[in-house]
Amino acid sequence: MSLPGAASQLLEIALALAIAPLFAGWVAQCRAWLQNRSGPGIAQPYRLLHKLFHKDSVLAERASPLFRAAPYVVFGCMTLACGIVPTVSTDLPLAPAADAIALVGLFALARVFISLAAMDVGTAFGSLGARREMLVGFLAEPALLMVFFTAALVTGSTSLTTIVTTLSSQELLIRPSLALAAVALVMVALAENARVPVDNPATHLELTMIHEALILECSGRHLALYEWAAALKLFAYACIGIALFAPWGIASAHAPSALLFALPALVGKLALAGFLVALLETLSAKMRVFRVPEYLGMAFLLAVIAMLVKILLGAGPQ
Amino acid sequence: MTLTGLAQQLIHLFAALLLLLAFAMLAQRRILSLINLYTMQGAVLAATAAAMGYATRQPHLYVSALVTAAIKVGVIPYFLHRVTARLNVRWDVETLINIPTTLILGIVLVIFAFDLAQPIAELSSTIARGTLGIALACVLLSLMMMITRSKAVPQVIGFLAMENGLFFAATAATYGMPMVVELGIALDVLIGMVILGVFLFQIRQQFDSLDIRHLERLKDQ
Repeated sequence: MSLPGAASQLLEIALALAIAPLFAGWVAQCRAWLQNRSGPGIAQPYRLLHKLFHKDSVLAERASPLFRAAPYVVFGCMTLACGIVPTVSTDLPLAPAADAIALVGLFALARVFISLAAMDVGTAFGSLGARREMLVGFLAEPALLMVFFTAALVTGSTSLTTIVTTLSSQELLIRPSLALAAVALVMVALAENARVPVDNPATHLELTMIHEALILECSGRHLALYEWAAALKLFAYACIGIALFAPWGIASAHAPSALLFALPALVGKLALAGFLVALLETLSAKMRVFRVPEYLGMAFLLAVIAMLVKILLGAGPQ
Repeated sequence: MTLTGLAQQLIHLFAALLLLLAFAMLAQRRILSLINLYTMQGAVLAATAAAMGYATRQPHLYVSALVTAAIKVGVIPYFLHRVTARLNVRWDVETLINIPTTLILGIVLVIFAFDLAQPIAELSSTIARGTLGIALACVLLSLMMMITRSKAVPQVIGFLAMENGLFFAATAATYGMPMVVELGIALDVLIGMVILGVFLFQIRQQFDSLDIRHLERLKDQ
């Protein structure tokens, strides 16, 4: 492990931890602006985390050790996920530890733990939320995998750093397969992060909520960790989208000084991505839970078409 | 990057769009959206023909692009809108198989079409030979749409979409058909559309419904 490599890895994790809440706040703020509200300000998630960390966490009487451990596991998974998605540099010592498929596995691990913890206390809402979360997850996962497979077919590797290096060093090409995969990824990201067509993060309406139902029993630092992990997940998905479909400006392995340029580029792209997420959320209406399988089926279909198009058109002269 | 290279990439992009539109038509529940999708398909088709004409320097493809745009973006959608407004069928499309199943079957069809087109594409030497499989897939998907819909209007749209797929196949495989044939087909589609329109009104008058399952009963009771 080289010294610049370790430095960029640490910088990347620290950056993710620091600005993930800011990104979530930015999305909420954009949404408020689009809906003609003044909004809480983009620093609101920090204030929320600060408040929650200073409160005691209350445990249910029958809560098992799993309920206490789950927030840390979920938070750890999301931190690691943010660590292996290349955001500012492709020189990441942690990256060989997990490729794109393992990244999907990390998200799955976090989902299993948060669902188990929700079922652990035995309240009706917890298991309702857990079941819905599993429903969304098992449909979103194959679609996400197909998106990664398309990118892997284009670049010939499942390692995220290799994919990003290859894509960012190529000349600008119109790639229909990647465009289709990008649409599929946006659909999956909206579903996985409990965003509007599937779930509404701003409401506690009991018949529709998914993510909020999962963490209804948590309080204090556990809740804070879950909220932070949710922000990290949103950040990780945004970074996956940027890394796969708009990787220009990222620092390559041999130019640590390019970090100076990569950072503002990342912030600009994130701001744009956050605004687009808010725009999509404002434009679409929340759908019935029973329509979610159809929605995610569409995402899967798009990703599969992307892969088929890549296989067929890739055979022709490029 | 040369402009010809750009045109070639555009052709690939349009091919992917056509495939996407075919799937969207398969998934669509509403007749009005179906007509809009058909209009988009026509526009993409015209753009493909123009791009192909630029890439291969075949001026007659520009003419065929113009004819396509006029008929498939202008006349036929206008006619379809008129017919659906007169028949008062704007919303519901009944499908015989539910939509997710249809879409999965659609993926299988696409794989089949790609596999079928692979050896043909290797023989061909045109710049768009890779898109032949997509054209074939569009034809098969439209055919499936005709099979899985029970109302007459979506079936007519399926038929028209199938013709779009065939046109695309001809453009991709052989740089378009001779001008006479192309004009003839365009006119045929137009006339066929008019006849089908008359036919729709007849079905409606006879059975008080556009459900073609009524046509299975041939005898008067």
